[in-house]
Amino acid sequence: MTRRGMGLDISELESMAKRCRRNIVRMVYGIGAGHPGGSLSAIDMLTGLYGHRLRVDPSEPSWTDRDRFIMSKGHASPGVYSILHERGFLTEEDLLTYRKLGGCCQGHVDMKWCPGVDFSAGSLGMGLSFGIGCSIAANLDGSDRSSWVMLGDGELQEGQVWEGVMSAVHHEIGNLKVIVDRNGIQNDDFCETQMRMFDVSEKFASFGWAVMEIDGHDMQQIVDAIDWADQVTGGPACIVMHTVKGKGVSYMENNPKFHGAAPNEEQFNLAMEELS
Amino acid sequence: MSAPSGGGASRDGYGAALLEMINDDKVVVLEADLGKSTKSCLFRAEKPSHTVSMGIAEQNMMLVAAGLSTSGYVPFASTFAIFTERGFEQVRNGIARPNIVVHLCGSHGGIHTGTDGSSAQSIEDLAIYRTLPNMTVIHPCDDVSAKALTLSLRHHGNPSYMRTARNKVTRSYSDESADELEIGKGYVHRQGDDVAIIACGVMLNEALEAAELLSNSGIEATVVDMHTIKPLDSELINKLAKECGAMVTAEDHSIIGGLGGAVAECLVSNYPIPLERIGVQDRFGESGGSDELLEMLGMKASNIVQAAQRAIKRR
Repeated sequence: MTRRGMGLDISELESMAKRCRRNIVRMVYGIGAGHPGGSLSAIDMLTGLYGHRLRVDPSEPSWTDRDRFIMSKGHASPGVYSILHERGFLTEEDLLTYRKLGGCCQGHVDMKWCPGVDFSAGSLGMGLSFGIGCSIAANLDGSDRSSWVMLGDGELQEGQVWEGVMSAVHHEIGNLKVIVDRNGIQNDDFCETQMRMFDVSEKFASFGWAVMEIDGHDMQQIVDAIDWADQVTGGPACIVMHTVKGKGVSYMENNPKFHGAAPNEEQFNLAMEELS
Repeated sequence: MSAPSGGGASRDGYGAALLEMINDDKVVVLEADLGKSTKSCLFRAEKPSHTVSMGIAEQNMMLVAAGLSTSGYVPFASTFAIFTERGFEQVRNGIARPNIVVHLCGSHGGIHTGTDGSSAQSIEDLAIYRTLPNMTVIHPCDDVSAKALTLSLRHHGNPSYMRTARNKVTRSYSDESADELEIGKGYVHRQGDDVAIIACGVMLNEALEAAELLSNSGIEATVVDMHTIKPLDSELINKLAKECGAMVTAEDHSIIGGLGGAVAECLVSNYPIPLERIGVQDRFGESGGSDELLEMLGMKASNIVQAAQRAIKRR
């Protein structure tokens, strides 16, 4: 299983996440647009997934038996691109194409444009269903590959998500792992003001999912949760990770304004300082 | 339309084609609680391991199919035509945009569906799927051609939408003639120089009947089964425009955006000639027998005859 993870320990993973944070802010500042908040809330888990667990191969991005990672909240693309760079799928130059004409780093992650991306996202609510399809295919193939899907918490307001949640249990899809980035903020405002979701873990559990709640910025908890999810085999598993939107950049933290806005020059310099 | 013995519904052809692919382990079938209606139930009975029940949840079904496809399978997903439309944005963003080969079948399309009423009578499906880049849009007329065209989708390189119909109709194809069918190529059933009638689905029979009636009054019509709405066989349309100089389209669909719309776009860009469009005239259907509805909505052979005469007069 040489292609699994990157063999990094906790402090190495933490360092990698910090480098990713810097690249996330760089990409968004570079084009003057994009979604830093949800990338920064997700990046510790993305680091844990690619650095500790996912079986992928940058020299063969379309390798049939790779694990699938499906970023359903596709606007968190800077997060994905930054970790794909760390994992060897993208060069630093590739990152500079973010949101630019002809660039492999499209505004929302797109499998047709970017090596290492398994799903063309951008419209919320679709990634879980896609992951279910990938997992059913793995079972038909008799393969041990698994599908890991990241959902935003605002995204859970889409009805299709719950169609998927129900069907994953009905079909007893044990090679399907979902991570909910519970950062509490969506486009317009805090989730609490847009559409309350109450206890997300309880919702998944009531459908029959195995559920674990963690602090999504604690690398040890992230790694342990990934290992836990791996051990769940009779049906789907869900990690609800509590995160801070914009984590790591003081003025972005828990600030709905930075769901989809770029920092100005002064803010950029401050972010780089804070992330050094 | 009554159900003559020996006739077949296009949905039966879809089911028969799936059955014929039973030994192909790359074929997977998805259902949304309407397998008995779309006829995917025939496949399920023989190969439950490769049949996925999605429940009454069409949006989920579209993306599950997409996931299967990117993992090397060839998914055939079906529900009623009208309910595929609930997942339109899923088809747009999740299937057509990344050009993922999923074959979607919407059965019970058109007002011919009958007594279920307007909520079940999709009259816009061909139009909306036709707008999507990468999509192939097919609407066969009978079971024999539906079977042949479904089988040819197995190795088709693009996602597709195929509309099938609920009711049995007189067959227009034999197994031999259906073998000649090719996606994207209209099939000429009858030749005449005075007017060309371009039809699809259950309206092909009305078109053939209209051609007989026209012939009785000395007007000879070409009749084409335009089973593929996209990519449209523009070569054939242009050729017939030059040869006949007048054209009529006939479809169980809104005259906006479907076969009539596609042919109009083609003609106006290449060889403008008078065109009359028979179909649903920008309204919804209602409950009733198929024949009663065709009559009420002006979609019978007699209406095609009048349309042909109008087109010829405008020439």
